[in-house]
Amino acid sequence: MPHVVTDNCQRCRFTDCVTHCPVQCFHADDERVYIDPEVCIDCSACVPICPVHAIYDSLDLPDAYAHELVINAQRSHLLPVISAHLPPLSTAESRRAELGL
Amino acid sequence: MNIDMASPDQGGCHVAVVGSGPSGFYAAEALLQAIPGVHVDMFEALPVPYGLVRSGVAPDHPKLKEVMAVFERIASADNFRLLANVRVGADVTVDELREFYHAVIFACGAQSDKALGVQGEALPGSHTATEFVGWYNGHPAYTDHTFDLSHDTAVIVGQGNVAADVCRILMTPVDSLRNTDIADHALEALARSRVKHVHMVGRRGPAQASFSPRELRELTGIAGCTVTADAHECVLGPSCREEIEARTNLNARKNVELFASFASAGTPMAVRTIHFRFGWSPAVIHGPEKVRRITLQHNRLSGPPFAQFAQPDEVTCGIDCGLVLRSIGYRGVAIPGLPFDPDQGTLPHDRGRVIGEHGPVAGAYVTGWLKRGPSGIIGTNRADSIETVATLIRDWPQLSERPRPGSAAARTLLTLRSVRVVGFNEWLAIDAAELERGRQLGRPRSKFSRVEQMLKLLG
Repeated sequence: MPHVVTDNCQRCRFTDCVTHCPVQCFHADDERVYIDPEVCIDCSACVPICPVHAIYDSLDLPDAYAHELVINAQRSHLLPVISAHLPPLSTAESRRAELGL
Repeated sequence: MNIDMASPDQGGCHVAVVGSGPSGFYAAEALLQAIPGVHVDMFEALPVPYGLVRSGVAPDHPKLKEVMAVFERIASADNFRLLANVRVGADVTVDELREFYHAVIFACGAQSDKALGVQGEALPGSHTATEFVGWYNGHPAYTDHTFDLSHDTAVIVGQGNVAADVCRILMTPVDSLRNTDIADHALEALARSRVKHVHMVGRRGPAQASFSPRELRELTGIAGCTVTADAHECVLGPSCREEIEARTNLNARKNVELFASFASAGTPMAVRTIHFRFGWSPAVIHGPEKVRRITLQHNRLSGPPFAQFAQPDEVTCGIDCGLVLRSIGYRGVAIPGLPFDPDQGTLPHDRGRVIGEHGPVAGAYVTGWLKRGPSGIIGTNRADSIETVATLIRDWPQLSERPRPGSAAARTLLTLRSVRVVGFNEWLAIDAAELERGRQLGRPRSKFSRVEQMLKLLG
C-alpha cells in the first residue's frame, strides 16, 4: 500500500517531499501534489519532512482521508512529474497558520 | 540552478563521485542536471554498484529495491561512467583524483560500526549488525563470516531499523526467505537456525526507540512469532510524554502506541518470540570460549525532553544467549588525504564543501552518511546530495579555472596498475546472470557473493 498526500497540501505545496523522494513519484497541479501509487516505494522519507503533515503511510491514513487514495492515483496519472523543489504557493504560510501548524 | 557555460576549455567538465550508493547516485543525478555536458565518473570498490541498496536493504524489502531502476536511469546518461572494482585510496589515490577531476564528491557512507566498549565484545558469537547484514545480503567482505545460530536465544543491542531488519531475518520462517534475494549461504545457514527468541535491547525508553513505525509494525506480522514488551518498562515519565506529544515526533508517538499494544498482549504462547527490553545497556558479554550469556545494566532517564540520557543504576539482569548482534550506529571511515572528524565519524564540511584546518579543501565535496552521519533513509540522501551539488555549482567558477583530463587520465593510470575496471554495462551482465541463476532456483535473484565469481563471469 502506497503513501498518500491529503488536502493539507492544498494551497501550500511546499514540495520538500519532492527533494526527499528517491523515485520521483510526486506529480503536481497549481494547488497541491499527488503521489503516484505505482511508483512510490513506501520508504516514508516524505512523511516527517512535510511542514503541514499532509502525507500519510496508507496504513496510518485516517478514515476521513480514505478518498485521497483514489484522488492521488487518478490525479498523478494526469499530471507531470515534479522532480525538483518548487517555491511554495503564495498562500502557503497563511494556509499553514490556518491548519495551526 | 543550471549554469550556462559547458566548459571553460576544450577538455570538458569532469567530476568524480566516490561511492555508488544512494548519495552517490543522487549526486550524479544533480550534477548531470545542473552542468550541461559534465562528465560524471563514479568510482566503486566492489565490481557491483548501489551500495546499501544492494547490501543493506533487507532482502524481504523488494519494494525499496525498486529504487535501483532510478539509479539505472541515472547511469544511462551519455556522460555517466561507472568505474567499479576500483578502490580509492589503494588503486588510485585521493590526490590523483583531485588532480584528474575538477571536483570529487565523496559519497562513501559510514563503513564501520560503533563499539559497545564492554568486556566480551570480541567473543565468537558477538558481532556487529553490519557483519550480519552484509552476510545475508551477499556482500563479498562478509561471505565467509559465520554466525552461531545453534542457541535458542539471540540478543540484539539497539532499537533502530537495522536492528529491526536483523530481527526479522532471524525470526522469519526460512520458506518465506526463499522468495527473496537473500544470499544463498545465508539461506542455508538460516534453514538450520535454532534461534527462537530474540531480545531487542535499548538503553533508553520506548519513546526514544528510533524504529520507523512501519518497520516496527512489520515485526508483528511474522508468521508464528509473537512480539512482547514488559508493561512496566513501557511506562512514560513526564519528559517522555512531552517528547511524544511534540508535532515533530510523530514516529515516536506511533512507536509508543505499538509498544503499549505489545505489552498488553499478555504472555506469549507462540513458538517464536521477539521481546522488547527498554532501559538496559550491555555490561558484560560472558564466555569463556564463545558467547553464553549477557549481563545488562539498568538505566534511568535523566535530563530534559529530547536530551534525555541513560543513567545507570544498581540493577542488573542476565540473559542466556548464543548470539549478540550490536546495532548501535555506524561511523564513517577516515579517508587518507582528507580531514576527518573522529567524534562524529564524518568529514567536516560546510553544506557539502570539505573543510580542513586551513579552510576549504579545493575540489573536495562530501554527501550522504559520510557528510551528516548515519541518519535518514534512501530519499534523505537525495536532498543531501542536491545541497552538496548546489555548493559545488557555486564554486564552479574557481573549480573550472584550469582544464582537467578526467576519465582519460584515470583509466590510463588504472590500466598501468593492472586494475580490472568494471563498467556499467558489465554490471548489467552480472545483474542479468544473477537474475537467471535466481530464475533457475525459483527465486527473484541469486547473488554472486564473491568478487572472483563476478570477475570470472566477465572474463
